[in-house]
Amino acid sequence: MSLENMTATLGGADHPGADAPAEAPGRVRLRAFADNRLAVAGLAVVIALTLFAFIGPLLYHTDQIHTRLAAETLRPGPGHPLGTDNVGYDQLGRLMVGGQTTLEVAFGAAAVAILLGVVWGATAGYLGGFADGLMMRVVDALLAIPALFLLIFLATVFKPSVLMLIIVVGVTAWLVPARLVRGEALSLRNREYVQAARTMGVRPPTIIFRHIVTNSIGTILVNATFQVADAILLVAALSFLGLGISPPATNWGAMLSDGLNYTYSGYWWLTYPPGIAIVLTVVAFNLIGDGLRDAFGLDTRRG
Amino acid sequence: MIRFLARRCSQALVVLLLVSVIIFILLHLLPGGPARAILGTHATPTNVAAFNKENGLDGPLPAQYWHWLTGVLSGNLGFSYVLNQPVSSVLAQRLPKTAFLAGISVVLAVLIAVPVGLYQAVRRARIDDYVVTTVTFVLYSTPAFWVALLLIDVLAVRLHLFPAEAPQGAFSTLFGDPSALVLPVATITLVTIAAYSRYVRSSVLDELAQDYVRMARSKGAGLRVVLLRHVLRNALSPVVTLLGVSLPFILSGTLITEQVFNYPGVGLLIFNAAEQQDYPVMLGVVLVVGAATVVGSLLADIVYAILDPRVRASVNGEAGR
Repeated sequence: MSLENMTATLGGADHPGADAPAEAPGRVRLRAFADNRLAVAGLAVVIALTLFAFIGPLLYHTDQIHTRLAAETLRPGPGHPLGTDNVGYDQLGRLMVGGQTTLEVAFGAAAVAILLGVVWGATAGYLGGFADGLMMRVVDALLAIPALFLLIFLATVFKPSVLMLIIVVGVTAWLVPARLVRGEALSLRNREYVQAARTMGVRPPTIIFRHIVTNSIGTILVNATFQVADAILLVAALSFLGLGISPPATNWGAMLSDGLNYTYSGYWWLTYPPGIAIVLTVVAFNLIGDGLRDAFGLDTRRG
Repeated sequence: MIRFLARRCSQALVVLLLVSVIIFILLHLLPGGPARAILGTHATPTNVAAFNKENGLDGPLPAQYWHWLTGVLSGNLGFSYVLNQPVSSVLAQRLPKTAFLAGISVVLAVLIAVPVGLYQAVRRARIDDYVVTTVTFVLYSTPAFWVALLLIDVLAVRLHLFPAEAPQGAFSTLFGDPSALVLPVATITLVTIAAYSRYVRSSVLDELAQDYVRMARSKGAGLRVVLLRHVLRNALSPVVTLLGVSLPFILSGTLITEQVFNYPGVGLLIFNAAEQQDYPVMLGVVLVVGAATVVGSLLADIVYAILDPRVRASVNGEAGR
């Protein structure tokens, strides 16, 4: 869990994002975001890495299925710009394939987490009272179990594939968005337009999705970017513990931890490229998140 | 204060109960049900039936839960057939070591992060703030295991300053060779500082924008006095809650660190248990770590309430939490 996610819950419900210039049109936010050079740089990095991972293999063909032990750990040079790894895969091509899995899992897990968290949090906050208390205590209980401990257990029971990783990481990550959206919902439910909708007989699910969720969109969007960053680090940690995806599929975390076995052989090209890719992506998502938060005028200590 | 305490403690109790329900659900997620998962695939139906009867797993679910919960409360966390000893005694050996490792690292991280964050806030938007911000940003975007292995590479292998393996054996041996603790502690501390200092920075920035700061300054108080006497005091009390909230994050980092340095705490324990599919131990660790986190954040909240009376006064004490 990143700092953003940790501290996101500390701000209290006294500064809901909706109190910020909520009536400002999207264009103002877009401009505010575009003025934030760091955030734009982060966005550029994410786009570049996504293109690299998904379009790259179309331009740069490598065999990422069959191992070639005769060509293992070749130094970077002609034919292999980043060398080859310990079973002879071209490292640059591997970086692309690994990037695909990394980004797929990260975006997928963030989507699952946001979906679960928004539905749970908005419902709890809208209902209020006992139901809210109970639903939030469930969140507290799950939050008390450190993500990696729960993930180790889940990854041992369910053998990891891309889909399984998405679900497993998403299921451990939805708690912070749930708390945040619940905080928003608590204040939004007393707004005149929500009360008006209720008096007119609009059904609660409609109110929750049409009014509560749409008005919490800033908080949701900001947290989603932090979720992606978190998921990348979590999956890397899981891969390091040997609970990632099995070969020939790979991800940057798995590449980095495999490469670390060869630190003392001096095979720097096995560790630094995937390691730097992870750091770059996570930094980039955090910068985007910070930029979005400023653009939406949310409290600096909230995500 | 009494009302706050009662409210917060009863909440923590409910959360603890829910943690136990989660563990119980996990127990039933096990492949083939708890009995098969724990006894192994070669268990005969008779074995399974005997195991279920012995562990109260033959009744309806609520009865099973009750049987399991009363067992847990009386210290029976199950038996590890892999380690051939009760889970509770394994945990009793390992838990103090993890608490020790995480404890020192957190204290160090706070001692370093507070001045760093304060300095950054004061030097806001100058070159040194940017440098520190960049370093902390990169640091907390780096996988903890890579930080650990880079530390080993530089400080243990190249410079021979510290051993790359943590002390083994009983709790008391931890103190026998303090230099062996340096790298594990440094890993967790570095990752945690990165997170804390950003929080301290924004917390101090919030305080610096307050009227009382301008008031004190306009009355002629020096920046140093205002910072130390007013700002720091107000900015630090939220840091106490940060400690509570960040416990799960720190324990996840501890798990990785223990694995890298072969430090015999609960993190290494659950990692080894996962390799050997030793489910009773895994569930025991998750339960104990979850309970510790609940108690930790309860303590943090109580300390916060002692430091900051406004927290006690807010009737809706659970707002946003």
